[in-house]
Amino acid sequence: MTKLSLIDLGKSFGATPAVQNVTLALQPGEFVSLLGPSGCGKTTTLRMIAGFIKPTAGRIEMNGALLSSPSQVVPPEKRGMSMIFQSYAIWPNMTVGQNVAFGLKLRKLGAAETNERLDRMLDVVRLKHLKDRYPAELSGGQQQRVALARAIVIEPEVLLLDEPLSNLDANLREEMRSEIRRLHDAFRITTVYVTHDQAEAMVTSDRIVVMNHGRIEQVDDPVSMYTRPKTRFVAGFIGRTNFLDGRLDGGSIAFPGFTVRADLAPDAGSLTRDASFAVRPQNIVIHRAAPAGGNSGWWVQGRIAERAYLGEYWEYVVRPADADLRLRVIAAPGEVYAADESVWLEIDPRSIARIPSPEGTAL
Amino acid sequence: MSQAQLTDAPTIATTRRRTFEPLLLLWIALAVALLFLVVNPLFRLVQLSLQDADTGAFTLANYAAAYGRERYLVAMWNSLALGFWVTVLCLIFAVPLAWAVARTDMPAKGAVRLLVLGAFVTPPYLGSIAWILLAGPNSGWLNRVWMALTGADHGLFNIYSFAGLVFNIAIYSFPYIFIFTSAALDVVSSEMEDAANILGAGTLRTTFRITLPMVMPAILAGAIVTFLEAIALFGTPALIAIPARFNVVTTQLLQFFGQPIRAEVAAAYAVPLLLITVALFGVQRLIIRRRGFIALTGKGGDRRTIELGLWRWVMLGYALFVLSLSVVLPYFVLAQAALSKAWGRGLSLSNLTLHNFTYLLFEHETARQSVINSFTYAAAAACIAMTLALSIAYIVSRRLLPAAGVLSFVAMAPFVVPGIVLAIAFYAAYAPPPLALYGTATILILAFATRFLPIGYANAHAAIRSINPEMEDAVRILGGGRLLAIRRVLVPLMQRSLIGAWLLVFIPATRELSTAMFLYGPNTRTMSVMLMDMSEEGNFETLAALGFMLLASTLVIVGLATSLLGRDFMLRRERG
Repeated sequence: MTKLSLIDLGKSFGATPAVQNVTLALQPGEFVSLLGPSGCGKTTTLRMIAGFIKPTAGRIEMNGALLSSPSQVVPPEKRGMSMIFQSYAIWPNMTVGQNVAFGLKLRKLGAAETNERLDRMLDVVRLKHLKDRYPAELSGGQQQRVALARAIVIEPEVLLLDEPLSNLDANLREEMRSEIRRLHDAFRITTVYVTHDQAEAMVTSDRIVVMNHGRIEQVDDPVSMYTRPKTRFVAGFIGRTNFLDGRLDGGSIAFPGFTVRADLAPDAGSLTRDASFAVRPQNIVIHRAAPAGGNSGWWVQGRIAERAYLGEYWEYVVRPADADLRLRVIAAPGEVYAADESVWLEIDPRSIARIPSPEGTAL
Repeated sequence: MSQAQLTDAPTIATTRRRTFEPLLLLWIALAVALLFLVVNPLFRLVQLSLQDADTGAFTLANYAAAYGRERYLVAMWNSLALGFWVTVLCLIFAVPLAWAVARTDMPAKGAVRLLVLGAFVTPPYLGSIAWILLAGPNSGWLNRVWMALTGADHGLFNIYSFAGLVFNIAIYSFPYIFIFTSAALDVVSSEMEDAANILGAGTLRTTFRITLPMVMPAILAGAIVTFLEAIALFGTPALIAIPARFNVVTTQLLQFFGQPIRAEVAAAYAVPLLLITVALFGVQRLIIRRRGFIALTGKGGDRRTIELGLWRWVMLGYALFVLSLSVVLPYFVLAQAALSKAWGRGLSLSNLTLHNFTYLLFEHETARQSVINSFTYAAAAACIAMTLALSIAYIVSRRLLPAAGVLSFVAMAPFVVPGIVLAIAFYAAYAPPPLALYGTATILILAFATRFLPIGYANAHAAIRSINPEMEDAVRILGGGRLLAIRRVLVPLMQRSLIGAWLLVFIPATRELSTAMFLYGPNTRTMSVMLMDMSEEGNFETLAALGFMLLASTLVIVGLATSLLGRDFMLRRERG
């Protein structure tokens, strides 16, 4: 049973498409993030799910019933969802208790049940002692928890979160993203979470949807998204990465400044003439000396072009001989190399991802 | 929430239709209201000016009549000269004051700001009455002091002159430039000045080369508003220019309304005033947009006050001099006259009486009614204007309907219509049958509401824009409708700014003269009209008492509003 379906969903503002061909199905209790740079259409998609924006193409269904299509839209108040806004949107004219109980009162649950659920919820988010305070008297983290409590207490069909942590400072953000995941594990509410922060998405989500220019680039669980990016955009957006754009030439692949054995490449059988790969900086190992007959990997000779010490690790930029290519490499704090030192890099082909070649680029 | 509700497709379709229609109906209602209040009167004004009074046939004869006589053209020239000199004098008054208050360590800044606010809320015609008592030839207080000191046989000042008119208007118009300039100075970062200082420029050079040029667009914008206020003002010229035997546009317009009423000639004569105003506000917008406040926006960092040393006392002296001309002296003589049996006998216990007030309130035929009229009309007008303004602002800021921008344009349009022109336009549209509203309370209230609709709209729009739409979205996603969101969240959050906006309409409406002067009837005199009537009788004691009541009630309302809404609520200027 699918909880929430977006089917070929699209939205244009005038002639400008904001969201195109978005198709996605959420299972009951699933936590899915929409991740992408600003302007990628993720918030527009979320607001279409909420019913604030009417789609110009496709449809949205919940529990098999139509919610939105270009011709009809169920208004937000009839969807049984709830949402946490970027600004929190805590009503400053109501106390914490009144804010959280608002949705319960609208559902006419009766005083006893309303109070019981309110108290239980405030307990869960550790705000019971602040029940009669006004929002202006709360810290940012506490306001955030009021927003969470207000949205979750009604046990919505679907919970929507619109960059809820972007106004918090770094420490609080880490705490709150774990809190969000904890509440999700406790209540198992189907959740759509919009963010531009990949760490937030990876910590909280069962699946991540990476969006760019209004389209879905890839839908995957966090591990696959990181280790097996399917597009150049995803490889570059999630974590840091080196792009290797080469050309297949017989049994080897020629990259700028070095050549490697083609048969070691992932999915070597399907290689075409232009071959591109993404490799993470921590998956490249630096060596002082040439390999002693090691044929199990790809080896690159180069020089240290830049280096920076960041305490937890060294970051080197290595340039293969006579090429413009710059390979970013991360090494343990003890592995010290001097600027301009000649080094050998070892790339494990099992840890690299095949990605489409850049369009119209010739080597 | 039940799933059954969501799977019920017919329910969905009907809800959709139900939420759509009220909004469309509201749009139509607002459009009709604006057509009635703004579009139709202005259309009728132009139409009237192009029609023969008897036959209704198209003619240019009204324009020929309006510009065919030399004295009509002289009046027009007088208005332009008046506007120019008032603006010059206001710049001399306002710019140093604004700079001193915004950027220097001049003492008693709070008191200076308060007195500027006092000048701003004083009806100019009351100031004129006070200055007639102060600088009337020979009998005015200042002249009597002068004659007593020097032994001269005639006074030094004559308020009944062109110079007197310029002066009298300027002391109540300079707050416009003050507000524009100090608002701009408030956002000029000290770092801009520091950058000049570090390169070797001293305080004086920095002020003239960096600070003032940066706020020049604001000063110009304020100067344009001042010019337009001066040429559109009716009360002061009526009190001073007419006895001095010269006319400006506004007094000439009133004469076209004498018996027999030549409204079509007045309409033709008023059209250029309207065009000048529209054009200059266009220029003002260009100035603000082009030079912009772009360099001035942003946080701007801390603002350091400039230390003037001993000069700060000179600045304070100048400020108090200007403000005593517009506030201290006039208030004093008005109070003195209002409490005197005969104002010329000066301050003595035997001269003291409250009879002027009891006479007005209990003996005079129409004075008490005029007080009641002023406040009820103003309250009704403020309610109408705010209802319209809020509805339009809500539709516009939440983008509920596609063509909402048209509504906001029309709602702001009266801003460029001088009060006197609006009055003639209302006369043209609603004095004749079938409505025949001339002289009724209805036409006065509607004209006041229209005149101050832009103030209400600008404030309502700012208030609504300051509230994040997510506040309402949060109500809706939790299951509340739009009306619930407005009732439970929007209205409580905007309460204070709405009261402020209501007062900003109410206060000027209580003392509006130029619109009322052309539309009132025997039973619908307002205090302002009453004052003009009484000034012709020359009974200055009762006149001062009536003026004093108007002033005192205004000050009480402004005082209440200030304590409720913050010190600067009337001197603030919306930027952007």
